[in-house]
Amino acid sequence: MSGNGRGEISYLESVREALTQEMRRDPEVFMLGEDIGVYGGAFGVTKGMLDEFGPERVRDTPISEAAIAGAATGAALMGMRPVMEIMFMDFVTISMNQLVNQAAKIRFMFGGKASIPMVVRTPAGSGTGAAAQHCQSLEAWFVHVPGIKVVAPATAYDVKGLLVAAIRDNNPVLFMEHKLLYRSKGAVPEELYTLPLGQAEVRREGRDVTVLAYSIMVPRALEAAGQLAAEGIEVEVVDLRSLKPLDKETIVRSVSKTGRALITHESPQTGGFGGELAAVIAESEAFDYLDAPIRRLGGRDIPIPYNRGLERATVPQVEDIAAAARQLAREGN
Amino acid sequence: MTQSLVQSILDGRVIAEGSRRLLAELPSERLAWMLQKMCEIRYFEEKAEELYTRGLVHGTMHLSIGQEASSVGSIAALEPEDLIIHHHRGHGHTIAKGADITLMMAEFLGKEAGYCRGRGGSMHIADLPGGNLGATGVVGSGIPTSVGIALALKLRRSTQVLLSFFGDGAANLGEFHEALNMASIWQLPVVFICENNQYGMSGPVQKMASAHPLSIRAVAYDMPGQTVDGNDVLAVYQVVQAAVGRARAGEGPSLIENLTYRWRGHSKSDRNVYRTQEEIEAWKKRCPILHFKQVLAQAGVMGDEQLAAIDGQARATIDRAAEEALTFAEPSPANLEAEVYAP
Repeated sequence: MSGNGRGEISYLESVREALTQEMRRDPEVFMLGEDIGVYGGAFGVTKGMLDEFGPERVRDTPISEAAIAGAATGAALMGMRPVMEIMFMDFVTISMNQLVNQAAKIRFMFGGKASIPMVVRTPAGSGTGAAAQHCQSLEAWFVHVPGIKVVAPATAYDVKGLLVAAIRDNNPVLFMEHKLLYRSKGAVPEELYTLPLGQAEVRREGRDVTVLAYSIMVPRALEAAGQLAAEGIEVEVVDLRSLKPLDKETIVRSVSKTGRALITHESPQTGGFGGELAAVIAESEAFDYLDAPIRRLGGRDIPIPYNRGLERATVPQVEDIAAAARQLAREGN
Repeated sequence: MTQSLVQSILDGRVIAEGSRRLLAELPSERLAWMLQKMCEIRYFEEKAEELYTRGLVHGTMHLSIGQEASSVGSIAALEPEDLIIHHHRGHGHTIAKGADITLMMAEFLGKEAGYCRGRGGSMHIADLPGGNLGATGVVGSGIPTSVGIALALKLRRSTQVLLSFFGDGAANLGEFHEALNMASIWQLPVVFICENNQYGMSGPVQKMASAHPLSIRAVAYDMPGQTVDGNDVLAVYQVVQAAVGRARAGEGPSLIENLTYRWRGHSKSDRNVYRTQEEIEAWKKRCPILHFKQVLAQAGVMGDEQLAAIDGQARATIDRAAEEALTFAEPSPANLEAEVYAP
């Protein structure tokens, strides 16, 4: 995809560009969250936006995650398009009543006569040394709630198109931004574009093993695939991009081709989204093509520890993915 | 302080200042409307109970018998385009906001023709075109949502006002604190109405809340707070009207506590083991409908005949609605998944 002649921009800048351009385009879009104004957000995503849009639309809130989520839900019920920021995904736990019992349910329980077009943007994931209460990836909780969509982009290009699509979507969308991806760069068109929610992307084609990944696991899987190619193992990397809706077709097609599925995510393996992906494969025609058992490589079932070595050892790294894929490629032969 | 106010209400010693003025000022049609809505609420709730007892209702229900003055007096202070958000004990607000009672009854009975097409039931009746943004079933969860509704009104420079109803139990949630603080710092056009019916399920407000009356919490949010005899429809009207005026003028939110009492149990599982029959009887003597009828008669606004006519019409409206709603079709379970997300 062409970058329109400008150099690459970061994932973080791409998020800001999506927000800025959508707010210019649609006066009903506004943002609210803690320290998003003059501070520019804890990670700097909204830096400079207060100057352009003013404090009404770049709305600093008190430390009140329940009321932030309520304010977004109520404004969305009125037809506005709020984009709320939860500073760390861990803090979304405080918003859960509004998100799960109100935002997700209102449409259905009012007989389809209302809609809640809102986005919950939140930085997720570990790798920053912020320990157990600032590093979680809680996507599996939300996937389990009918009425919420869940998106987890992996590239600078995707994050813009998917965020614009999320803002224009007429439902609550949980939008996970991985902190370690904020600095990653890519070619991003300057003009506005959308990417459909629910469409996976095959990042690398291969015949031996399919790796299903999203968010930070996508670049890690690609790096592992590069290493394995030197060993003669061809890994296909599928970036899910959106967990709900889920592009089952691309998953089934890829696994049917390779006959081997490695599912990887950062969040704890038990009860994680990987279990759902394994079930999708097992229940599909891809099952008949499997040459080896489906393999999950999730985070360890522990809170994220502080120490660099411990933290690293908690979630799948490039070498873990490579090792798991290598082993899987040898099975069933 | 609340206890003495409660006692004064029970003794009939509280006479709303200004009530006489209101009786003179308000058009008699408006007063008749108030009585009509209060009667409709009472008979709706009694019919709901009857239908339940006859085994025609699938779910539970939370009856607001005894609290009619709180919902009607509050909503009477609104213009038709104004908004409400309310709670599980919400039949009264819905009727007072002008809902079609047949469609309400249909929802209560789980019918496809109901307000929520049988997906919501008694606890979630919403009438969006009528400005009723819905009842929420998780205690207190409408309070933060009301911040967003009022924020949208403010951002759009609307002159509409929102009434946000909740109970004494909800006032002890963290969400109450977050929402009132946020509404105040942003000076939002919302009036928070705490319908203090003395119990959060079985928990007496006197034991469950630290400071009384609940309206003094308004001080913490730098907004006006007032406790009012919630069984006196004119007293409620007067207080809410002032708060609505403030909100409409851009002067920010208020907290009002309507002191009232629910005659029936919390829901159908309630065996009333946490309160005495004497207490219930004492409150029944302060029936808000009977009281309002007496006030209207004493002031010479209406004669017995007119009072009886309004009462009779309300009963007939409810009977007709129930009869019709019972004939409506059940919803189909096919393709429900397609309704979860908006296109």
